[in-house]
Amino acid sequence: MAIEATTQPVHGHRSLQHHFENMEQQREAGTLGMWIFLVTEIMFFGGMFLAYALYRSLYPAAFASASNHLDITLGAVNTGVLILSSFTMAMAVYFTQVGKQRPQVLCLVLTLFLGLAFLGIKAVEYHDKYEDHLIPGRLIPGNPFNPAVQEEGQPIDHHKLHLLPGATLEKVEMFYWIYFAMTGMHALHMVIGAGLLTFLIIFSLKGRFDPEYHSPVEVVGLYWHFVDIVWIFLFPLLYLLGRHFEHG
Amino acid sequence: MRPIESFEVPAPPRVNYINAQYGLKSWLLTKDHKRIALLYLGSITFFFFIGGLYALMIRLELLTPQGDLLQSTTYNKVFTQHGIIMIFFFLIPSIPATLGNFLIPMMIGAKDLAFPRINLLSWYIYLLGGVITIYALLAGGVDTGWTFYTPFSTTFSNSYVVATGLGIFINGFSSILTGLNFIVTIHTMRAPGMTWFRMPLFLWSHYATSLIMILGTPVVAITILLLAFERVARVGIFDPALGGDPVLFQHLFWFYSHPAVYIMVLPSMGVISELIANFSRKNIFGYSFVAFSSLAIAVFGFLVWGHHLFVTSQSVYAGMIFSFLSFAVAIPSAIKVFNWTATLYRSSISYDTPMLYALGFIGLFTVGGMTGLFLASLATDVHLSDTYFVVAHFHYIMVGGALMGYLGGLHYWWPKIAGRMYPEGWGRFSALIIFVGFNLTFLPQFIAGYLGMPRRYHAYPPEFQVFNVLSTAGASILGFGMLIPAIYFVWSMRYGKHAESNPWHLPGLEWRTQSPPPTENFEVTPIVTWEAYEFAPREETEVVGKFRPELERI
Amino acid sequence: MSEHIVSVRVYITIFLVLLVGTALTVLAAFIDFPWRLNTIVALTIAVVKATFVVLYFMHVRYSSRLVWVIVASALFWMGILFALTFSDYLTRDWISTQTG
Repeated sequence: MAIEATTQPVHGHRSLQHHFENMEQQREAGTLGMWIFLVTEIMFFGGMFLAYALYRSLYPAAFASASNHLDITLGAVNTGVLILSSFTMAMAVYFTQVGKQRPQVLCLVLTLFLGLAFLGIKAVEYHDKYEDHLIPGRLIPGNPFNPAVQEEGQPIDHHKLHLLPGATLEKVEMFYWIYFAMTGMHALHMVIGAGLLTFLIIFSLKGRFDPEYHSPVEVVGLYWHFVDIVWIFLFPLLYLLGRHFEHG
Repeated sequence: MRPIESFEVPAPPRVNYINAQYGLKSWLLTKDHKRIALLYLGSITFFFFIGGLYALMIRLELLTPQGDLLQSTTYNKVFTQHGIIMIFFFLIPSIPATLGNFLIPMMIGAKDLAFPRINLLSWYIYLLGGVITIYALLAGGVDTGWTFYTPFSTTFSNSYVVATGLGIFINGFSSILTGLNFIVTIHTMRAPGMTWFRMPLFLWSHYATSLIMILGTPVVAITILLLAFERVARVGIFDPALGGDPVLFQHLFWFYSHPAVYIMVLPSMGVISELIANFSRKNIFGYSFVAFSSLAIAVFGFLVWGHHLFVTSQSVYAGMIFSFLSFAVAIPSAIKVFNWTATLYRSSISYDTPMLYALGFIGLFTVGGMTGLFLASLATDVHLSDTYFVVAHFHYIMVGGALMGYLGGLHYWWPKIAGRMYPEGWGRFSALIIFVGFNLTFLPQFIAGYLGMPRRYHAYPPEFQVFNVLSTAGASILGFGMLIPAIYFVWSMRYGKHAESNPWHLPGLEWRTQSPPPTENFEVTPIVTWEAYEFAPREETEVVGKFRPELERI
Repeated sequence: MSEHIVSVRVYITIFLVLLVGTALTVLAAFIDFPWRLNTIVALTIAVVKATFVVLYFMHVRYSSRLVWVIVASALFWMGILFALTFSDYLTRDWISTQTG
């Protein structure tokens, strides 16, 4: 590899930016930059994971009650969809590395499609919560979490929400806020990822990527896998951990 | 490698980064790190003067014990906005975004930062955050203190908390992108032969600073975002009225905001290391200790945030841990101070303006650091918390530390940045004025605070007036001292003496290209064969040090 | 540093492992483990799945030591955030309120 690099002309590749010495340096910088960006993302989500961990340890009953109302089937299906999209993304990187354009485009399109499917299922789930009056926020009129609404004597959907002993509506609302904050932030990252994928598809249809220049595909791939990892943690923490709260 | 000894008047500058292109567009769309550094320099100076204006209002109000200039609510807004502007829009970007941006590629022998477009983007993000914050200030201001403590910020404050928070949230990304760019650049763009341990210490400290930027900033970003939601939608995890815990907010906030102090002071320490070594013409004492102490400060800085929570409901056991760890952070700081003084010992010091700032830094930073130990001790902090002692302490670090380094560095590299010399006599004069004015402003505040004067009030008992009069007098002198460099830097851009490539006769890479540098920094990629701070043998150094007619006039 | 191209077979294997992991974690949620084991089991499975994604899909197994350091430092700083915050919350009850 080193010998090859020296035999190539310095400004060989059309995608080499002027301030880099060679493609290898440019690729290395791109990958490293994305990894460091992912570190900031980990810390960004870290703040919310901390809030989740803290309040879950303080109010296990309320968190369990609220978590039990989430749809495990949809959550599990979505996990599968996202894992499959990660796989197609990895294959897109693979086909770029070996220089096969058509399967590369196909994999990128599949990834985008699966990402959108994930967002669609997520939207269905959000809609269910809306129907069941489980959107947190005191400003929402008629919100059963609102103490003022409770005082007015409006019925609270107890058949929808089974409160375990020790759980209060205030803390159930807090769980839903954390749920919406975390999954919403995750969904926002998916939307950004879908945007990036669209750009990749356009550029790869133009044949811009080749075995020597595939940094963008690789870097977006890293981002996409990271978003997948966040969901790998969100799924059990939000959907599943409430089942056996009596053990903490 | 010996210093380059050329004293001939340089030829009129050839094509350089300033005159390579003309027109507003060539500046606003530039990808040249040097031009972006100048864009930052202009914008942070603008914010510095706004912040200074608020400082002036605070000091004027506190001249008398009664509240005769400002009402209490206005005063709350004034000190809040002073803090927000100075911290987020001046101190945090000050050295990294200007001097760091300008020098990091040059010091490692690269043509540019790794991601020039992201570099420009970071400036626009900074501007956007700044514009939103200024909108908030003009629309009605914000009165929560720069710390945004809930429940006041989420429930009770009637000011523009969300808009200001949004401005800071956006501004945070500019800081993240700068840090990311620096780390990648230092890892991947070093010139052949520029090993890690040949790098100037300025780069080590910027590397450490960047670590804090990328690890800390996202946490405060999500915290501010959640706080804004909490205020708007009345849903949340911090406000006790909503079932939350306000101490959690303080934990998350200080997880970033304590390390942010090191974002401000670490780059300054990098500048000081350069100044001390170069103006005493001696290799820095214990290079690797100074280098690693920067990283140690970056790591330890993340372990101490709980000392801001000593008087909250934080567990006293956690308090003990945080107190102990806060003492530990003094070790790497002290390593630096001792190494700088050891470097000065038996060296040939020249007292040019940058060196005056460097010496000022050492004294002021030591005072600031030592008084920090009072606040890191559980028992004394209960007495001193939220008094003027705290205010004096952190101004000694931020103004006495960060600002001294910034001004020193700006003078030192000005010949390279502008291609012109600043007037040395005025430089030394203003450095002295600033030092005197600063101490007169903040020394009395230690005493007033120790005697019990609380911070953040517009009125105070008459027995504290003497300290406040001294402080206001000092602030006037300080403000006057700041105006002098502002004027002569602008003046020198047109009328200053043309600078040589290497006016201080130093071995660093940035001095081995013309002043101002060409757009690509170096004609050919340099190959580094020398260690950092490798000066000529002592006898020759002394000759070089003395034979500098252009500096001996004063 | 030349780059390593991961084979298709490895990718498919990892994909299947991740699916099995998802199924396992759902199954485990319906089994009543003693003490806090439910939490621990779920988190362990999640960590294992994430590790596979990081090592193979994200190529860390074939990457330079620097990338390892970056990943490790992110986890380390998350650890700092969690450990020191919980050092507060977990020790608040140590002082009996009656004595105060």
